[in-house]
Amino acid sequence: MKQYLKKQALERVIHGVFLLLGLVTVGCVLLITIYLIVSGIPAIRKIGLVPFLFGKVWASTSKTNPQYGILPFILTSVYGTAGAIVLGVPIGFFTAVYLAKLAPPQLKSILSSAVSLLSGIPSVVYGLVGMLVLVPGIRKLFHIPDGASLLAAIIVLAIMILPSIIKVSVTALEAVPKEYEDASLALGATPVETYLRVSVPAARSGIAAAVVLGVGRAIGEAMAVMMVSGNAPNLPTSLFESVRFLTTAVASEMSYSSGLQQQALFSIALVLFLFILLINATLNFFLKRGKEA
Amino acid sequence: MKKLISIALAVLCVAAMFTGCAKKLSGQVATDGSTSMEKVIGALGESFMSANSGVTFTYNPTGSGSGIKAVQEGRCDIGLSSRALKDEEKSSGLVGTTVALDGIAIIVNPENPVSDLSVEQIASIYTGEITNWKDVGGNDAEIVLIGREAGSGTRDGFESITGTTDACQYRQELTSTGDVITTVSQNPDAIGYASLSSVKDSVKALTVGGVAPTEDTVKDGSYVIQRPFVLVTKDGTKLSEAAQKFFDYALSSEAAPIIAAAGAVAAN
Repeated sequence: MKQYLKKQALERVIHGVFLLLGLVTVGCVLLITIYLIVSGIPAIRKIGLVPFLFGKVWASTSKTNPQYGILPFILTSVYGTAGAIVLGVPIGFFTAVYLAKLAPPQLKSILSSAVSLLSGIPSVVYGLVGMLVLVPGIRKLFHIPDGASLLAAIIVLAIMILPSIIKVSVTALEAVPKEYEDASLALGATPVETYLRVSVPAARSGIAAAVVLGVGRAIGEAMAVMMVSGNAPNLPTSLFESVRFLTTAVASEMSYSSGLQQQALFSIALVLFLFILLINATLNFFLKRGKEA
Repeated sequence: MKKLISIALAVLCVAAMFTGCAKKLSGQVATDGSTSMEKVIGALGESFMSANSGVTFTYNPTGSGSGIKAVQEGRCDIGLSSRALKDEEKSSGLVGTTVALDGIAIIVNPENPVSDLSVEQIASIYTGEITNWKDVGGNDAEIVLIGREAGSGTRDGFESITGTTDACQYRQELTSTGDVITTVSQNPDAIGYASLSSVKDSVKALTVGGVAPTEDTVKDGSYVIQRPFVLVTKDGTKLSEAAQKFFDYALSSEAAPIIAAAGAVAAN
């Protein structure tokens, strides 16, 4: 009996330790959220919500007429992410179908480790390669004065989101019960028909989650796009425009900023944070639906 | 007996500590001002502190204007300004001592045939009045303007010297000198600016009004895209012992290599 009580006490202590460690993470999230809201609100109040969100000019260090409109950054982030999805999802999707269903085992293991390696490359390396290869390449290919542009950023982002899309999609496709496929094959469908008409629809919520994860990765990326997008606060009117993303707007000016400029940067971070919350909520929605289905 | 010895030893130790302290310099050096001088003053402060461990060195990056004001109001020992003092500031009893010079090189791709521009030409290129290299004697190609991000000391220096503050039509705003140099070395039609000390062979530094940017031309003032880093003190107010020693140290030949490593040209 005594030993049992002792064991139980120990159990409780360990429970407590686990709880404490769990709370550290939650505490960090809460701390960041509260800090962002507290430091992001003042500038929005001073500038005004509408001029801040829909202002087209960002001239934060102008001595005569500072302006804080972040519409160019919001549109750039939205267009850039959308472009990366348009380029990245088809490639990622078909790679995932091939890896999960069609690839011979040996090739599959090589391809899978290549995909894992792609996700392990630091973003600054993507940026560097983009800066040295992609940007001059775009300049020569399209005969424009400078290649640092929205297009360069979209291409880099599309490559960067591939691993997340492929890995999550493969997991979803592999979880489709084999009986579904066997039934389809038995009815005379070819393997490819089976995979595209039976497996993919069965795994659709997982694949949707993969796409949303890719969106999240693309919208939050800062380092790589900072190196290839040119960073001038222009409205993204063409693919070849030099543009600045929400993330890079914060990253590029934070180190020297002061006063209202700094507060406005926190407000940009708050807007970005809200975008990411929205994306996470969408992700949760798809994952939950996947479990129920 | 053992106890006695240990007590005697302890007393000796304490005594030794005190005699050591008596010779050591102690106190505080408070500096306030230019953000562009951060690297230079930070390096100087660090090496000064490591040589005089009793001294606390502080640097408050507020901007040249507020640094000058802080000296005037006695809120710091030494003010830091990245421009020469104005006449009214001098007549109000402030003394400026140039500690270093910051030369900004104008760089282009090595393939670019242009090798000399005047300050006026540089200004009209950056404000977008001249957009093609052929207007300044180069190829028929659009000029690609590379600059630094808002708030950068180099950008601030370049724009204030060329009179293009808030008027530059940048194609790219990059966040480090290295990125500017890499980008210019990759694009034959690009022009950029970078701190003189960091210019490499992968780009070509232009002569400005016929003067090549070197340490000597910056020092004698013939290379015009430069600005002074000034230590501001108040006339008639005696600096504290520690502050005076730092002041002398910053101007000594001993500090020159430290200033050079931080990217500027020592004035002495």
